[in-house]
Amino acid sequence: MTDVDAVIVGSGPAGATTAAVLTEAGWSVTILEKGRNHLLDLEPPHGPLGHVSNDELKHLFRHFLGPDPLIEPRTYRRREADGERIFTGSVNNLPSTVGGGGFHADGKLPRFREVDFHARSELGPIDGADVVDWPFGYDELEPYYAEAERVVGVAGDHTANPFAAWRSGPYPMPPGPDMFCAVLTSRAASELGFHPYRAPTGVNSVEYDGRPACNNCGFCGFFGCPIEAKGDPVAPLRQALRSGRCEVRPESYVTEVVLDATGDRARGVRYLDAAGIEHEVSARHVILAAGAFETPRLLLASELGNPDVVGRYLMYHFQTYVLGVFPFSLHGHRGRSVTHLMDDPIVPDAAARDAAREAGLPYFRGGIVEHGAGAHPILEAVHLPAGEAHTRLMLESPMRERLAAFTMQGEDLPQATNRVDLDPHVKDVWGRPAGRVTFLPHRHEAACAAHWAPRLEEVMRGAGAESTFWITSPPLEDARGGVQRDPTPISRHVMGTARMGTDPRTSVCDPWHRLHDVENVLVADSSVFPTSAGYGPTLTIVALAIRAARELAGLTPLRSSPPAAP
Amino acid sequence: MTEADPHYLSPAEHEVVAAACERLIPPVGDHPGGQTLGCADYVDTLLGAFTVDPPRIWAGGPVSGRAGGEARFADFLGLSRVEELAWRTRIEGSRGIPEREFNGPVTGWQAEYRDGLVALGADFAALSPAEQDARLDAVPAFKDLLYRHACEGAYADPEYGGNRDRAGWRAIRFPGDVQPRGYTDEEVTGRA
Repeated sequence: MTDVDAVIVGSGPAGATTAAVLTEAGWSVTILEKGRNHLLDLEPPHGPLGHVSNDELKHLFRHFLGPDPLIEPRTYRRREADGERIFTGSVNNLPSTVGGGGFHADGKLPRFREVDFHARSELGPIDGADVVDWPFGYDELEPYYAEAERVVGVAGDHTANPFAAWRSGPYPMPPGPDMFCAVLTSRAASELGFHPYRAPTGVNSVEYDGRPACNNCGFCGFFGCPIEAKGDPVAPLRQALRSGRCEVRPESYVTEVVLDATGDRARGVRYLDAAGIEHEVSARHVILAAGAFETPRLLLASELGNPDVVGRYLMYHFQTYVLGVFPFSLHGHRGRSVTHLMDDPIVPDAAARDAAREAGLPYFRGGIVEHGAGAHPILEAVHLPAGEAHTRLMLESPMRERLAAFTMQGEDLPQATNRVDLDPHVKDVWGRPAGRVTFLPHRHEAACAAHWAPRLEEVMRGAGAESTFWITSPPLEDARGGVQRDPTPISRHVMGTARMGTDPRTSVCDPWHRLHDVENVLVADSSVFPTSAGYGPTLTIVALAIRAARELAGLTPLRSSPPAAP
Repeated sequence: MTEADPHYLSPAEHEVVAAACERLIPPVGDHPGGQTLGCADYVDTLLGAFTVDPPRIWAGGPVSGRAGGEARFADFLGLSRVEELAWRTRIEGSRGIPEREFNGPVTGWQAEYRDGLVALGADFAALSPAEQDARLDAVPAFKDLLYRHACEGAYADPEYGGNRDRAGWRAIRFPGDVQPRGYTDEEVTGRA
C-alpha cells in the first residue's frame, strides 16, 4: 500500500491540471509545493485568502510570489568558457508559490500551430540546433487544447486570427475590452499588412465557473488576481481540492525521487517541511510538475533520467521589445496588460524569407507579438536617472503613461549546450546545490529579431509614436560589441529540459511523458517540449498535462474533428 | 510612520536621508520632492521592518479601502521561517550567523545605510545642493541603493511608510490601487 495514488511535485498549471484529472478519475493525490500558499484556502470551501492586491512593491520588488534569491538563488553563465558562473541571483524566475507560473501571468493563452509539431520534417534542419518533430501532431492535441480552454476559461474570438490552427469549436467566452494602446497599434498594424487579433486570454470577460468577470484593474501581468478573474491555475486546483481526494502541502521542498529496491520504479519522494523536517510520501506514481528549471534540477539531484539529455535543450523565448513613445497618454494601467497579438513573424512573408536567406539561414521562426503598454510607476522610476531628470520624466512619463510596447516572443531553437545543471558551489537555503543555467541563443534568434524589430518600429510610428527604439533579452552581444546590460534572459517562458521522444537515446520522456528508464515517473510540465514554438507555452502545458494524465488514469482519449463547413 | 515614531533611524539620520532623497527626487512643478513625499519614513519603516510583528515587508489585501471595500493593506502578512531568514539577512546582514551564511557573508541594508550616512556627513542637510550632489556622487553604490528606495518610497502604497497622502501618485496622475472598483470598459478602450 502507498500513501496516495500519485504524488505531484509542483502546483502550477501542470500540477494543478494533473491533479484535477486524476482526482476526477477517482485517484488520491498529494501535491507538494515548495512555496507559500497565497492562492486559495486549502480548507473547504476553498475561497480566496485575500493576500493578493494591487500592490506594485510587494509583487515586483519584494519577491512576494517568490522565489527570493536569498532563499533560492540561481546562477547563470553564457557558455562553459565563462567559468563556473557570471551571475548569482534571480534567473528568469517563475513564481515559487501555490499556483506557480499561472499565478503571475497575464494569461495570454494561444495554441501552437500545426507546423510547430513538425518543424524538422517540414522545414528541414538548421546548423547548430537540434530541431526535432514532436512525437505527435496538432490533430491529436486539438481536443486537449479545447478542454484546456474550457477548464481554465479562455476568452477569445475564434474567427480573428487568419494564421490560427484549426479548432473544433469557439472559445468559451467572448474577448474582453480592447486597451486603448492596442486599438492604436493594431489599427496601424492592419494598415501595414499585419494581422493583429484579440488575444485569447485566460481572464474572464463574463462570469465563468463561479468566478467574476475581470474589472480591468490593470495589475495583471506579474500580479496575482485579487478577484479570481484569472482562471489559471485556481480553477483546476479548486476542482481537485473539492473532490476531497487532493491534499496540497505548501512549504514542502522535495529533495529526491526515491526508487524502490529494484531500482526500476519510484517508491515516492522525500521532502522537507516548513520546519525543515524530512518526510517521505509513497505513491504508485510520481508526477514532476515543478517547471522546466526545477524539474531537471530534481532529476539531476535524484540521478534519474537519460543522463546525456536531462537538463539539456533548455529553451526560452528570445524577447524583442519594440517601444514607442506617444505624444499623449495611453493609460496602459487600465485593462489586462495585453489585449492583442499578431502571428505574422511566425508565418514569414517574402521579406522575412529573403532576410533569412541573406543571413545564411534556411528559415526564420519569430514569435507572437504582444501589444502592450507601460503601467507601473516604481518600475518606471527605478529606470530613470536621479536628480531633476527623474522628476521631470516622471511628470512627462515617456516610459509609462505614454509608452506602447510590442513584445515578440521569438522561437528559441533547441541546442544541447543550453542547459540546467547543478551549480558546483552555490547552494539554496536548504543546503542543496542551486540550479545553474548555461544559455546562449542561436544566431537564428538574433537575426530574426534584427529583421522584425525595424518593421515593428514602423508599425509604432504608424500608430502615432513620436520616437521608437528596440532592445532584446538576452542582449545581442555580437552585434553590439559585448554585453552592456544584465545578460540573463528575462523570459519567463522556460521549456525543454527533459524533452520527450520515441528514442530513449535522444530523449528523457516517452510520448506519454513517462521517463524512459523509470516508467512510473511522469514529467507533466514544459520540460517535455521538444521545441519552443513562438507562442506562450501555458495553454500547451495544460493541454499536454490533460492528455498525459488521462492516459495515466486509463480514461478514454479525447477525439475531435473540424466543424463541418457551413 | 512619522518622524515622531521612528523604527530605525535616529532623528539626525532621518534628516540626512530626507535631505538626500530631496536631491535624488527634487521637486519640479507640482511634483513634491523626496523629503515632502516621506521617503525617509519609508526607509525607516523598511530598515526597522522587524521592530513590529508581523514585519512590514508585505502589506495585506485584498483591498486598501481607497477604491471601496474594507481597508486591509495595513494588516501586514506574516513570513515563513525561510522568508524571515531571507528578509532579516537582507536588512540586518548575516552578522556571522551560520544559517544566514550558506553562500557566505551578506552585508545588510542597515550596515550600508550606517556607512553611507557617515560618508554623507552629519552636516549634509545644511549643505548647498551642489555640495550635497558631490557627497552623493562620492558614494555611488550607496547612492544607487538610496535612489532605489527613494523611488519605492515616492510611489509605493502609503502603507509602506512613504508616498505621504498619496502625493507621489497624485503628482504623476497615477490612481494607485483600484480594486474593487476597477475601470469601466469605456475607460480601458477610450482615449480619455
